[in-house]
Amino acid sequence: MSPDQERRRGQRHAPGTPTEKPENFRQAWSRLFRYMGRYRAWFVVAVILAVMGTALTLLGPNVLSDITNIIKDGLLTGDIDLEGIAALGFWLAAIYGISAAISLVQGLIMATVAQRTAGSLREDISRKIDRVPLGYFDSAKSGDLMSRVTNDADSLGQDTNRSVSTMIVAITQFLGSLLMMMYTNLTLAGVAVGSTAFGFVLMVLIMSRSQKHFEAQQNHLGAMNGHITETYNSHSIVKSYNGDKRAKREFDQINEDLRHSGFMAMFMAGTMMPLMNFIGNFGYVMVCIVGAMMVLDGSVTIGTIVAFMIYIRLFTNPLQQMSQGLTVMQSVAAASERIFGFLDEPELEDESRKAGRIHAKGHVEFRDVRFSYVPGKEIIHGFSADIKPGQKVAIVGPTGAGKTTMVNLLMRFYEVDSGDILIDGVSVKDLTRENVHEQFCMVLQDSWLFEGSIRENLVYSREGISQERIEEVCKAVGVHHFITTLPEGYDTVIADNDTLSAGQRQQLTIARAMLDTSPMLILDEATSSVDTRTEQIIQQAMDSLARERTSFVIAHRLSTIRNSDLIIVMRNGSVVEQGTHDELLAKGGFYQDLYDSQFEETDMG
Amino acid sequence: MLACAFGSLLLAIVVGLFIASMGTSVGKAMRERQFDQVEKYSSAEINRFSIYSLITRSTNDVNQVQTAFILGLMVAIRAPMMAALAIMKISSKNIGWVEVTVFCVLVMLACIGAILWFTFPRFKRIQWMNDDVNRITKEGLSGIHVVHAYNAEGYQEGKFKKANDELTGTHVSVTRAMAFLQPVMTTIMSMLGLAIYWLGAVIISEAEGLEERLIDFSDMIVFSSYAMQIIAAFMMLIIVFMILPRAMVAARRIDEVVSTQPTILDGDVVESPAGMEGRISFRNVSFRYPGAAQDALTDISFDVEKGETVAIIGSTGSGKSTLVKLIPRFYDVGSGEVVVDGVNVKDYRLDALHRKIGYVPQKAVMFQGTVASNVNYGDTEGERTEEDVRKAIEIAQGAEFVERMEGGYEGKVAEGGTNLSGGQKQRLSIARAVCRRPELYIFDDSFSALDYKTDRQLRSQLKKETAGVTTIIVAQRIGTIRDADKIVVLDEGRVAGIGKHEDLLRECEVYYQIARSQLSEEELVR
Repeated sequence: MSPDQERRRGQRHAPGTPTEKPENFRQAWSRLFRYMGRYRAWFVVAVILAVMGTALTLLGPNVLSDITNIIKDGLLTGDIDLEGIAALGFWLAAIYGISAAISLVQGLIMATVAQRTAGSLREDISRKIDRVPLGYFDSAKSGDLMSRVTNDADSLGQDTNRSVSTMIVAITQFLGSLLMMMYTNLTLAGVAVGSTAFGFVLMVLIMSRSQKHFEAQQNHLGAMNGHITETYNSHSIVKSYNGDKRAKREFDQINEDLRHSGFMAMFMAGTMMPLMNFIGNFGYVMVCIVGAMMVLDGSVTIGTIVAFMIYIRLFTNPLQQMSQGLTVMQSVAAASERIFGFLDEPELEDESRKAGRIHAKGHVEFRDVRFSYVPGKEIIHGFSADIKPGQKVAIVGPTGAGKTTMVNLLMRFYEVDSGDILIDGVSVKDLTRENVHEQFCMVLQDSWLFEGSIRENLVYSREGISQERIEEVCKAVGVHHFITTLPEGYDTVIADNDTLSAGQRQQLTIARAMLDTSPMLILDEATSSVDTRTEQIIQQAMDSLARERTSFVIAHRLSTIRNSDLIIVMRNGSVVEQGTHDELLAKGGFYQDLYDSQFEETDMG
Repeated sequence: MLACAFGSLLLAIVVGLFIASMGTSVGKAMRERQFDQVEKYSSAEINRFSIYSLITRSTNDVNQVQTAFILGLMVAIRAPMMAALAIMKISSKNIGWVEVTVFCVLVMLACIGAILWFTFPRFKRIQWMNDDVNRITKEGLSGIHVVHAYNAEGYQEGKFKKANDELTGTHVSVTRAMAFLQPVMTTIMSMLGLAIYWLGAVIISEAEGLEERLIDFSDMIVFSSYAMQIIAAFMMLIIVFMILPRAMVAARRIDEVVSTQPTILDGDVVESPAGMEGRISFRNVSFRYPGAAQDALTDISFDVEKGETVAIIGSTGSGKSTLVKLIPRFYDVGSGEVVVDGVNVKDYRLDALHRKIGYVPQKAVMFQGTVASNVNYGDTEGERTEEDVRKAIEIAQGAEFVERMEGGYEGKVAEGGTNLSGGQKQRLSIARAVCRRPELYIFDDSFSALDYKTDRQLRSQLKKETAGVTTIIVAQRIGTIRDADKIVVLDEGRVAGIGKHEDLLRECEVYYQIARSQLSEEELVR
């Protein structure tokens, strides 16, 4: 598995772990900044506060140096200027206090800005999902992409906060202490910078080497993820075929690889801290030695050395923080790139200006409809049909023939390439999508239920549906009895997939659709998971439902659609025949083949 | 002094080596323990955790703990030692300085404690809220057509917004609390430095004589250095505290996996008594899913003789699949017993029981690898030749499409078999069972993904090639099972009838109803 796949699974990275490089670091960050909107000003304030707070702390060593000098001056006589020290002490305490307050305010602002931004990104992602054309989700990767995007929003919230503050504080500290050192004493500043430069170079070298191991670690993590997913998902097969030895063998291999690359990465990253300490100590010692000589010379005071001892730490510490901050900022940039990549997807056209609004009787006309999912690969070649109100239309054909495509066009999930579909003489293009959807109640092949009570699942987004009506419908589809046996009845929460069988799930989605009073009905293999006997119960309910309505039925059991007013036969994505059952049989074409193959087996007896 | 610094660097690197090695080994062991444990689980335990959660626990959660462990070792040993050494160095100095330092450390610990006390429970809540947000997003995605069809975009967004607002709010309060950490620590450290010098000035001014004053002065500078180290040591601990709450939650989740005992345990029978091969009996079997209000199966009894084909049929939810899952002991019966080859399934060592069975589930399972590695799978792997694999695929009606695949029998099968169609996967999954040459086939509605023609050919081939092997078929189509030696009709978890097609048509109302919904009148009469 590629590292790319691994990341999609939403791994959280260990702190300071290098992550993928964004395409354009600056662009991603400026986009994120613009997105912050009303928080932008706060963000800027936080940055300024971070600089101010840090700069203030940098004054500390200088004041301490002054205090030291006062003490030293009184050493010989024992007559120390305690008042002078008190003045400086209060002054310094005030500086520290203000600096702390500023840092705190900065931290609070940053925390709020980052988390609120992440929250509104999540919300925008969720809104966007409902606004991109459905074709977007055809590509297999969309589901993965989404999980990636939600995880991205999460890490963005934490990492923006962490990286920006760290970066700014570190840079300010680094430059500030350098400036203060130069201001205090140029020679000693030279010694400090010179003695640490070598260490910095070494550090950069190690970091670039450890990158390789971090990448290997990510790859192995991905492989681990893939293997575990596969094994756990196939648990019953692995068990009943005693395949656990093979699974374990593979697992051990990957686990060892992962341990090794993890070890290398961790070890290298682990040397950073002692190395930093050493660089700091080395600089410290050098400053002390040179400083001591200069004190003897009389060119600096002992207070200066005290100040430098602190400055040298302030100077060397930020470097590691900066390099860490940069990697985190890069992962933030990469995350925001993906999020905005999705948010920038073209949306469904805005239909707020469309005035047309109908309540149809159920007359549907297809006029020379042409359609292709992929441009240039037309799959509906000029389909025409005229369906009168109350008629029953069946769409049949082998799996993958494109039966669902017709439904997708009718519901305007997709737009036709040319030609037109009219409902009661009005082109669907002139209606809002919402209005088109109102004309149909629809049961889809995969029975979609969400975590919530059975009642919530049935009522769904509609309002004003009475309990009597719900029970009436559930009785009609033969699921009422089952629901009453559940511990909480209609309030039972559907949590995992185990409580309900596939058939019961399908019954519930049918009941959901039957609660609608729309003039037209679409059934897309609505009863495929239901056994034939239950299907008959449902069929009766549906027939009464369909009596007054125009209905479109996709079915693989031909027995259920024999009495349709129009049968549309599809094959390899095209409409090959249309007519009534008898007409099509008389024709002796593809429909007849299909029909015969279903009943052929009964000859085996 | 330089030598000391360098020596400390070298030692630190060696320590880092040990820590990295220990940390990653612990991570490895945690993954392995979980993997081994999950492999022992029965379906009941897997369902209790959900697969998604088990995967997160084996990967993400282990990473969290490993990171915390490594950082913890790096810091948790080093920091207190640094602090202890520094305290030893300075404890002989002036008591005033020591008091100030101790005071600062106490204030710092109190602050860390307060922040942890506030954030820890919230971190736990965040984990749940995150699950909620992800779940709602996933739901909305998987049901995107329904959402559009019901014009339910607003409903969906409202639901999301509620969960998201909650999550964001908690995130904000936790991050804000954490924002106190840094300024508080920095201030304490800076203030301590100041206090030592200030106090120093007083001490020195009160000292008698030049020599004593000089000693106090140098003590002051040394003391401030050590005091800083003490504080720095505690500050390092903070890093651990920052990641500790999440890691602790993760560790608990891992522990749940490892300490959950499988409910289905090995027996000790390896060999079944001679002369009993291929026989299965259900004796008054009742079964209830964990947490369910009703029995899924009630008082089921029937016998299967060697070489017989027995079909199980019934409405949706009548317990057909559940029934056959009791044979390989995916679940254990509530009461009664399931007997295979004359031995209660509970008495078998699991691998010995499984060795007898060729189980084909409703939904075909594919592994990443090749066609051959998918068909030649399990503990018989080493005993089957390439020819056996070919033969098995041919019986399963898969030879044609496999030979057309790029690479043929060594052709690639993607993760989850995404490069194969449903029918193709199902045929390979059947071939896998055939290749195993079991004493007993279990087909759990395995033929429904096939078109009628293939279904028919496959079954007649299978019958020819595997004569004498006991076969249990769960099916929906009457056509698939009407020639079975025995048909068991289930209705709401009870046996509604057992017999042959013709007898059942006459005697079993439930069966007649099912048949009538599928067959034409004249066929019923026949």
